[in-house]
Amino acid sequence: MKRTIQVECLRYHPETDAAPRYQTYEVPFSDDMSVLQGLQYIKDQLDGSLTFRWSCRMAICGSCGQMVNGVPVLGCETFLRDYYPGKLRVEPLNHFPIVRDLAIDQTDFLKKLESVKPYVISSNVPQQGTFVQTPRQMEDYYQYSQCINCLLCYAACPQYGLNSSFTGPGALALLHRYNADSRDEGKSERMKVVNAEDGVWGCTLVGYCSEVCPKGVDPARAVNQNKINSTKDYFFRFWLK
Amino acid sequence: MRTYTRPMAGWWRRNPFYLWYMLREASCVFITIYALVLLTGLFRLAQGKESFDRWLESLASPVSIAFHAIALLLVLYHAWTWFKVMPRTMPFVRIGKRRVPDGFIVSFAFASSVVLSGALFIAVWWFS
Repeated sequence: MKRTIQVECLRYHPETDAAPRYQTYEVPFSDDMSVLQGLQYIKDQLDGSLTFRWSCRMAICGSCGQMVNGVPVLGCETFLRDYYPGKLRVEPLNHFPIVRDLAIDQTDFLKKLESVKPYVISSNVPQQGTFVQTPRQMEDYYQYSQCINCLLCYAACPQYGLNSSFTGPGALALLHRYNADSRDEGKSERMKVVNAEDGVWGCTLVGYCSEVCPKGVDPARAVNQNKINSTKDYFFRFWLK
Repeated sequence: MRTYTRPMAGWWRRNPFYLWYMLREASCVFITIYALVLLTGLFRLAQGKESFDRWLESLASPVSIAFHAIALLLVLYHAWTWFKVMPRTMPFVRIGKRRVPDGFIVSFAFASSVVLSGALFIAVWWFS
């Protein structure tokens, strides 16, 4: 059965708009239609000028992060039926500069991601075969490795919104993912990021980052465990060297 | 590239999650005042019985009772929120090969706090 729902989209075209505005569309939908499909309907049938990012349609690529009624979600796994008979307000992810309509500028995050060296640093790469790791060692980092860089956690973090130099939940969770990996030897390089003014100490444990993560990653845990690591690093750094 | 960054003014009113967070942070104001009131009592005790009795009398005023009732609720909420985040601030706890679930750590901490507070209350009641 087709019903119709109102979708209010934030619109911002930098060449003509001084500030964002809202535009409402009437979108017919069936029970299995996601918010992303609703946006695709608008783009294909109602207004070709609406800009938004998407790719895989199955919560793997992390491209379609957006605010729906003020909550950061992936458009592909959020369903229009859940908002009916009310309406939806779709906005770009909070705390990021808007490039156009629902598309945000990710440059700042990408720089931060690079700064945490998100790869295994090891001087002992096996010449033959693979690294050996026990299930218990893998458990230490596994959930953090599920991050898809969708940036919902950044949109949930008011500390990042108030001070964008804060490294933020996503990059710090990935930093911890590698520091907690038994194969990795790059911890001392990454501790500079952890200890910095804009590292883990920028977090006040609001905890909303972990609530909104679509992949079950717990960035708040990664950040707050590293407050202990940072303290140990400060007091024991002379002995640890 | 010209971009638009939205203002943050009033951010904490935009989502109930942030309101609860702000309540957790604001509760420290009441807890600080409560601690100061208690500290004053200690000073009054050092000054002698008459002084201490006057302090006790002032605690019985309706304003003081209302303040203490609010402070108690806020302390309980504050304690609950901090027990809830406790597992996140420590490395995984394991017994043998099994990881202790977060829910168990939170419940255990909260139950310990209730039992110890109760024991303290009974001890004070008993010896007073």
